[in-house]
Amino acid sequence: MSVDLSLDYFALFGLPYRFRLDEEALDRAWHALQAEVHPDRHAHLPDSGQRGAIAGALRVNEAYAVLKKPVTRARCLLELAGVSQDAVNARVPSPECLFEQLEWREAVEEARKANDIDALEQFALRLQIQTDGIITYLAEQLDGRRDLEGAADTVQRLTFIDKLRLEIDNALAAFDNYN
Amino acid sequence: MALLQIAEPGQSAMPHKHRLAVGIDLGTTNSLVATVRNGIAVCLTDEQGRALLPSLVHYRDNDIELGFDAMNARVSDPRNTIVSVKRFMGRGLADVAHIEAMPYIFEETPGMLRLRTAQGSKSPVEISAEILRVLRKRAEASLGGELTGAVVTVPAYFDDAQRQATRDAARLAGLHVLRLLNEPTAAAVAYGLDNTSEGVYAVFDLGGGTFDLSILKLTRGVFEVLATNGDTALGGDDFDHRLYCWALDHARIAPPSAEDARRLQMAARAVKELLTVSEEAPFRLRLDSGEEVDLTVTRTDFFEMTRPLVQKTLVPVKRALRDAGLSPRDVKGVVMVGGATRMPHIQRTVAEYFGQEPLTNLDPDKVVALGAAMQANALAGNRREDDQWLLLDVIPLSLGLETMGGLSEKIIPRNATLPVARAQEFTTFKDGQTAMSFHIVQGERELVSDCRSLARFELRGIPPMAAGAARIRVTFQVDADGLLSVSALETSTGVEASIHVKPSYGLTDDEIAAMLRSGLENADGDQAARALREQRVEAERILEACTQALAADGDLLDEAERTAIDALIARLRKLTAGHDAATLSEGVNTLSRATEDFAARRMNRTLRSALTGHNIDEL
Ligand SMILES: Nc1ncnc2c1ncn2[C@@H]1O[C@H](COP(=O)(O)OP(=O)(O)OP(=O)(O)O)[C@@H](O)[C@H]1O
Ligand SMILES: [Mg+2]
Repeated sequence: MSVDLSLDYFALFGLPYRFRLDEEALDRAWHALQAEVHPDRHAHLPDSGQRGAIAGALRVNEAYAVLKKPVTRARCLLELAGVSQDAVNARVPSPECLFEQLEWREAVEEARKANDIDALEQFALRLQIQTDGIITYLAEQLDGRRDLEGAADTVQRLTFIDKLRLEIDNALAAFDNYN
Repeated sequence: MALLQIAEPGQSAMPHKHRLAVGIDLGTTNSLVATVRNGIAVCLTDEQGRALLPSLVHYRDNDIELGFDAMNARVSDPRNTIVSVKRFMGRGLADVAHIEAMPYIFEETPGMLRLRTAQGSKSPVEISAEILRVLRKRAEASLGGELTGAVVTVPAYFDDAQRQATRDAARLAGLHVLRLLNEPTAAAVAYGLDNTSEGVYAVFDLGGGTFDLSILKLTRGVFEVLATNGDTALGGDDFDHRLYCWALDHARIAPPSAEDARRLQMAARAVKELLTVSEEAPFRLRLDSGEEVDLTVTRTDFFEMTRPLVQKTLVPVKRALRDAGLSPRDVKGVVMVGGATRMPHIQRTVAEYFGQEPLTNLDPDKVVALGAAMQANALAGNRREDDQWLLLDVIPLSLGLETMGGLSEKIIPRNATLPVARAQEFTTFKDGQTAMSFHIVQGERELVSDCRSLARFELRGIPPMAAGAARIRVTFQVDADGLLSVSALETSTGVEASIHVKPSYGLTDDEIAAMLRSGLENADGDQAARALREQRVEAERILEACTQALAADGDLLDEAERTAIDALIARLRKLTAGHDAATLSEGVNTLSRATEDFAARRMNRTLRSALTGHNIDEL
């Protein structure tokens, strides 16, 4: 019932050090690990037995959350390859990238001000398609060419998109009241 | 898995000794207790064969009447007959809506409100414990022994204070709480295990006082909650209230007394329930005042007057789906839970939204208790080898810390799978600062004042260091019951402080739901305010740093340099009082750039003194 807490997230889940993810395998490993360490499995034990298990359950959920999302998974791979989070955050985006971000943010802002739900939904869809493309590219950088610097830039771009998506979702959620 | 040292989770439980464990649904309107008998979950009944126990407690001078026995006292002795006590759990007086319309004598005490009854002052925890005690005794009599433990259910949208209060009530009733379980999740367990379903399901739980909506993924015996949302101020009671107002309008009677108001409310509920099975219903009663009410309500009237309430249930549905990244079509089945989902227009609206008939083949009153019983059976160690299933539940509302400027920094996001721990580093603001206080909040809004305050605590004994040098790591941990604990650690010295969060007061159900709602509506205004506050904090930080640096190392500057910096400081001070984030930001940047050179000189001096082992004073 113990999980080796010193393992990195990929090793913990028995997954290859790759950005391309077998989601089925991730879920299966998560469930198998939680089946061992989840507090529910130890509720009949004395307190000391339960306390030991909680650290494992916390670690497993943390690992799952990181591996599940492309941005955090990529950051984790970069970190394992020696590119720290700080180094990723410190990358200076290219002018094209900055311009694109500015443009997107303006588009979202405009749609929100105009209460244009359709536009926001359209935009969310476009962003999804964009994201899919960027993720394919990132996979190529991380799994194929091993272009870590390029990957760090792409991760930064994805981080921005994630934030923007959260904003769109929150804006859309605000409209739920009026429908 | 090769990565694990496998030990059988159930191994230390004695194989042939069945442990007595129950599931309890502590409802706003009705409570139940259930257990697993010969592998099948069943509700335990009273001597008359009734499973439901109305959540009513009547305090008389020398004894207590409970459940069905207390029904009549609702009208004859309203002050001492407590209904819907669940709404007061973990709440302060200021947190409960419409308190003036209630017949009770409230007492304001720190933490949680209390009620003055014929037997003295009672807290909601004590009152709930009376209900739980009856259910425990029922179970012990029926099972023939002392209970090993109980799983007690709570609305998925219950916050930390309400969960703590529920657990305390169970303890007070002499129960060992194996787990607090979210009501929709309990329902999913009962449903999923009965049907061995796979795929994505929604649980739509509309009870007497609360509405929860959870989206779950069922795979190979794992119940994974993808997202949960709700409205803790929406339930069958609100439908009664609409009918009650309609009756007041149409019967043209004087404003009713407390007793007559309760009579009318009870009549409204009866009419509502009748309309589930018939096209029209009489709303007829004689009041204490001597007035007569004689009306007829058609189903169409009722549907029309409650349409906004029905529409309101769709808001959490949409939000949960969005948080789960799913559309209505992705949902394989919608499980209906709670007595209020019997209403035909609720069923029709759900069917239309999801494009399929909802699943109503389990008794909506009992399904929560049955699921809780299954979980209790598993937690007590009674599960069989071939019966290994697992619940992965989530936290409903984000948890955060107040940062400078009154902003909430989210540490754990809503819908994170439990148990979860997240840490964040903070640093000191002033040179030589030895203590740091923390304010823990729950909710989605950006401003702390719009979130629910859970607790405050202080980390003391931080060794004096330069501003920004201390590394204070704050860790939030939420266990499988959804209960939070927080600890803080200064990492360079190991000074530690931790608390188990005991919230000092609660919010109304309205406020919790409103927090999420308005967090989303006001995103715009929040952001402008946030930008301004952030810039103010930034400005104060740099002003403080400059003042201290000038006091310590002002001699590194010549007169012209000093005058220029002083002027910029004065200008920034003025800007701080204004309301324009952009100019303020510009002021901060200008001062920061103008002092770059000065900072470099200070750094040199510090390095030199560090290298030679002397401090600045000695140079
Ligand atoms: N046939 C019916 N038609 C309409 N409403 C009904 C019917 N039967 C019960 N209800 C309503 O269901 C509500 C009670 O449901 P339930 O027992 O599930 O609530 P609860 O579990 O006590 O509350 P909560 O889950 O909110 O704490 C009451 O408002 C009641 O009037
Ligand atoms: Mg209920």
